[in-house]
Amino acid sequence: MSDPLLPPIGMLAELTHRCPLQCPYCSNPTELLKANRELDTATWLDLFDQAADLGVLQVHLSGGEPTLRQDIEQLVAGLSGRHVYTNLITAGVGIAEGRIEAFAAAGLDHVQLSIQGARAATTERIGNHRGGHEKKLETARRVRAAGLPLTINAPIHRHNIEEVPEFIELALSLGAERLEIANVQYAGWALVNRDALMPDHASVERQVEIVEAAQERLRGILNIDFVTPDYFAIYPKPCMGGWARDAFMVAPDGTVLPCHAANTIRSLRFERFGERSLAQIWTDSPAFNAFRGTGWMQEPCRSCERREIDWGGCRCQAMAIAGDPAATDPACVKSPIHARMGRFIDDALASAVSAGTDDKKAAESFVYRRIAATTQPA
Amino acid sequence: MNALRERAIVSLRSVPSLPKHVRIQFDTVRLAFAVLSPERVFWPNNISLDILRRCDGRSSVSAIIAGLAVEYDAPEEEVAGDVTAFLQEWSDKLLVTQ
Repeated sequence: MSDPLLPPIGMLAELTHRCPLQCPYCSNPTELLKANRELDTATWLDLFDQAADLGVLQVHLSGGEPTLRQDIEQLVAGLSGRHVYTNLITAGVGIAEGRIEAFAAAGLDHVQLSIQGARAATTERIGNHRGGHEKKLETARRVRAAGLPLTINAPIHRHNIEEVPEFIELALSLGAERLEIANVQYAGWALVNRDALMPDHASVERQVEIVEAAQERLRGILNIDFVTPDYFAIYPKPCMGGWARDAFMVAPDGTVLPCHAANTIRSLRFERFGERSLAQIWTDSPAFNAFRGTGWMQEPCRSCERREIDWGGCRCQAMAIAGDPAATDPACVKSPIHARMGRFIDDALASAVSAGTDDKKAAESFVYRRIAATTQPA
Repeated sequence: MNALRERAIVSLRSVPSLPKHVRIQFDTVRLAFAVLSPERVFWPNNISLDILRRCDGRSSVSAIIAGLAVEYDAPEEEVAGDVTAFLQEWSDKLLVTQ
């Protein structure tokens, strides 16, 4: 590795895997951890202190549903005391009265609220949670009333891609400053449910036109971030901005990982906070150094002029589809197996046709996110 | 619902400020000023930093331009174009309010 090692800027803290929703594309691993594996408040605070010392400027408090933990106020206050920018990533159901105001008083900077559908029925079906939509809208209103800036996160797939224009109107009506139209990334639970979630080409093209027109029309009013769908891409995304380059995440049990799905690369061993300090893990962990920079790359990445633009794309997608975590992300048109992405789309659409157009029936084919819903890979 | 909000256009009379959730902070690890905002961190150069620091909710854009022209010993009309364009860009990203 020839590039200098820079300090991390961002940290995603998955405080818990517990969640009232069961979205079939959740970015948590398919092997979910129970509450008894979660770090306690003091350990998280110690970890946040070490993160601030290391150079972390933003911490995203996520889960599962982070507000199921009763210590969010303390964690936010600890981070705020170190001048770290705090972002709460919540599903927004079941947050007790007065708590959002308490988060704001503790110094919370920003809230990101996920909404599964622009229509109530869609939100309920995707999250498998009755009344979820209304609770989310109420959370959005409370966030704005507490004076906090709001981002709406809309994960997009076949069952809500036609609702994109309504998502834009909903974000505006809720007073959000940002809207993420985030096409589902097929890792973890979403990979299990890929056939049930994959949109078709025409819908994706229509969505791109709608989002681009809205970005233009709403300039200076609403920021719309568009996370494009990998399987329809020409070039891969610079996943995490490059492996272990400026961000990392921590699982509920303190395992420190370069990204959400890194655990799917079975050849790597990830270390837990406590066994070693955060600085030691960031600097020395073999798993973090495995795909840092460009030295690990094979062809066609190694000689590609885009190697420091997309950093080879997603290592976990290379693992999942090419079976080799050091391969070029198959989302890249230069990957020798890029055509496989198109075949996965075709396979998914063929199974969608056989499932019919009934939304309820389609939902029955979801493997909902819950503990032990999938068998562990060998 | 769209009508409730409009794109703000920067004029000489605008009085820009940074919203509560956008802050300039000296980073003691990198020894540089960072601008922290929802989901983004910016590393402004010295001139950008000088403009942003003057967005105090009291100074008008014309006062900001006059101050920078003196500080950088540059003609006001030259500074005006750069400052207005910069503030419009930041306003469009909702990182500066007016």
